[in-house]
Amino acid sequence: MTLQLSNVKVAHGAITAIDDLTFTINEGELVTIIGSNGAGKTSLLRAISGLLPVEHGSMSWRGESIVGKRPEDLVRKGIVHVSEGKAVIPELTVSENLQLGGIWRKDRADVASATQMALDLFPRLAERMSQGADTLSGGERQMLAIGRAIVARPQLLLLDEPSLGLAPLVIDQIFAAIDSLRRSLGITVVLVEQNALSALRIADRGIIINLGKLVATGASADLMNDPALRSAYLGY
Amino acid sequence: MTIFLNTILIGLNSGAIYSLMSLALVLVWRSTRVVNFAAAGQAILSTYLGYEAMNRFHNYWLSLPVAVIAGALISALVEALVMRPLAKRTKGTPVEAIAPVIATLGVLGLIRSLAGMIWGNTFLQYTSPLSSMGFKIGHTTIPFSPQNAAIVIGSVVVMAIFAAIFKFTRLGLSLRAASFQPEISRLSGVRVDRMRTIGWAFAGAAGAVAGALVTPTMFLSPNSLDLLLVTGFVAAVIGGLESLVGAVVGGLVLGLGFAFILQYIGSSIIFSAAFVILIAVLLIRPQGIFGARSSREA
Repeated sequence: MTLQLSNVKVAHGAITAIDDLTFTINEGELVTIIGSNGAGKTSLLRAISGLLPVEHGSMSWRGESIVGKRPEDLVRKGIVHVSEGKAVIPELTVSENLQLGGIWRKDRADVASATQMALDLFPRLAERMSQGADTLSGGERQMLAIGRAIVARPQLLLLDEPSLGLAPLVIDQIFAAIDSLRRSLGITVVLVEQNALSALRIADRGIIINLGKLVATGASADLMNDPALRSAYLGY
Repeated sequence: MTIFLNTILIGLNSGAIYSLMSLALVLVWRSTRVVNFAAAGQAILSTYLGYEAMNRFHNYWLSLPVAVIAGALISALVEALVMRPLAKRTKGTPVEAIAPVIATLGVLGLIRSLAGMIWGNTFLQYTSPLSSMGFKIGHTTIPFSPQNAAIVIGSVVVMAIFAAIFKFTRLGLSLRAASFQPEISRLSGVRVDRMRTIGWAFAGAAGAVAGALVTPTMFLSPNSLDLLLVTGFVAAVIGGLESLVGAVVGGLVLGLGFAFILQYIGSSIIFSAAFVILIAVLLIRPQGIFGARSSREA
């Protein structure tokens, strides 16, 4: 048991975004959180990474409570959140964006090797190191955002809709990279997606939420084969 | 020809000072999105502390670092004790945008009255060992003194140090990232609150250098740097408020512009000229000469 949420409630302004949510994600699992627009997926990730306060309930990571912790401290505990919408800093170069991922780390040698790993996974970034991040395509920006997370040496990687607004071919590349990343590093990944089918294909398990509440959870194959869920939430 | 060159020298000298004040405003704007009207107050208080150090050590050069460190500390304290709590308390309320600006005006008033109470509303002399008499070339005296040289060199040194920190150090990268995208920066482990305080401290140091360098060419009173706030602000707007290079260029453009107006038109319109330039820039190119890309996300 690594990431554990019990009866978690999160509000976004006056709206309850997450209501009484309980689940556990085990060490090394790749779990995808599925739901339609407004289901509370983004709020859930933001609460885990410390960007949104938890109104009620408890959350723990490796047995330690993470409620009320700040994002910059949680990063130091291995919880790395790649937020929605190609989270790069366009005013900085590609190289500076990658550097930023490891800016707090003391082990400079390991930062260098983690950077190399990110560049091996996304060779297109290596060709564009000195360019401004604003010159990258949408897919390259997403690669850079994930690359920055890799440099932070994540133990728990939170990815918010990495496929958003990308062409199908690029989506395949991004998902393949996520799959290879968790296999080679053995890290825990929480993948929030609207693109349910692509996400379930690489995930071990899926958690379906709707209007902030848990609808169903199960192995990816079981969810994909459930006719009721398919028509209501998976959209195919 | 001599008059033309002399005018350029005068312009460079005042431009250097405007650039420093402009830097002080831009550094604060970049870190917290506030136009810091208290900058003039912070600069005057650090100049008074430099003046005190000068009276103790009888050495102008030793009083400079005292003024600079005091300026950095005062500015960091204003951010941590006034601006940060205010931003947290007003977040999401209708006064969120205006409250910090009003607060800086309040701090300006507070510091000026405090300075008046401690040192009196009289004109004090904060003197430098360098002469304020112009260099002599042959038989002609040019309007550029050793103290003017110190002003220009000091400004260049400060700007070079800032440029090096922002461009080549991890602290500089954190400062830039925090000002562009605070949320992504926090998720990358940058302590954004701390970066804001450091940004303010840098700004305070720049303002203190301006005050301690320029005051020996004039006098010291609680209001003696107020005009510099106006010119620094106009210079910052010309440069786009966002860019450090823009702040410096804006200061030089304004300094040279003033010098030429003074030489060829007259001194009576100087103050209005500052506002005419400000309005013209805002109308024609509101993002400033070096303004950030218009696509920049807020």
